[in-house]
Amino acid sequence: MHVEEKFTDATWPAAPETATLEGKNKYLGFWLFLGGETVLFASLFATYLALKDKVPDSGMLLAKDLYEIPLTFAMTMILLTSSLTSVYAMYHMKNNSFQKMQTWLLITVVLGFSFLALEVYEFNHYVHLGHTFTSSAYGSAFYTLVGFHGAHVTFGLMWFLSLMLRNAKRGLSLYNAPKFFVASLYWHFIDVVWVFIFTVVYLMGMVG
Amino acid sequence: MTNQQSNSANPNLNLEYRRKQNAEEMKHQVITFTMMIFFTLIAFAMVAMESISRWFIIPVILLLAAIQVIFQLYYFMHMKHKGHETIALFIYSGLTVGLITVLVFLTIVWL
Repeated sequence: MHVEEKFTDATWPAAPETATLEGKNKYLGFWLFLGGETVLFASLFATYLALKDKVPDSGMLLAKDLYEIPLTFAMTMILLTSSLTSVYAMYHMKNNSFQKMQTWLLITVVLGFSFLALEVYEFNHYVHLGHTFTSSAYGSAFYTLVGFHGAHVTFGLMWFLSLMLRNAKRGLSLYNAPKFFVASLYWHFIDVVWVFIFTVVYLMGMVG
Repeated sequence: MTNQQSNSANPNLNLEYRRKQNAEEMKHQVITFTMMIFFTLIAFAMVAMESISRWFIIPVILLLAAIQVIFQLYYFMHMKHKGHETIALFIYSGLTVGLITVLVFLTIVWL
């Protein structure tokens, strides 16, 4: 199959993301990158766990004084739902319905931005309580881990938006289908990392 | 891999079958999502009820997180499909190195 070939619904491949050699390579290479990302986040988790609640003076706020269930819960639900909406987008990609894919990607992006807004609110709230990046080893480890995840969310949003805008008038092809697919994998990976963040950082932090 | 086109004289017949297959797969994804939400609710509810011992809560919420991640990887990220052997090698190597790192920082780092 040629990259620029025009397709009808009937001739559109069942797995457009791996129908070309370029797509196959992209797919494999991206998973190699995700393997590396796993190591990156694991080292940040390890640092956080080693430095959790390590503060220079006893009056400073600890994990169980800071974290609150409602905010973490809202952020978790938003990010989990955005994972499902990107699955819907890829479902429509496989059915060759470009506009529906774009719509679901837009919903994903809106949810991603709401998540990010809540995170900005949360960090701002903590800073006002005296829990800053430089206030303690605990603070540094916390903001590095959760901030790195937030930066990944931001990057994922920019990635989706660039793909959506760049291809708005081109429609689907075997050239851009792997790009959309890989971006959605990245989004799922962000959600995987968040599952560990809400469990290890927030829930385990609240338990003590 | 399912990217081979059939040589059927009527491609629309094939299309109908594929659409049905995709819809079926999407249904599985929604079920997966519902279960993930359910596990998340259990984890948050356990922490919200302050009466439960932390030695019980922590292993259980870690287990729930692990199950959720397996769902994400195998359903949402399609690792349950054929042709993901090399990918499994990449991600499991990453997880192994990551797990060792966490273990080391939890045991031999003193502060």
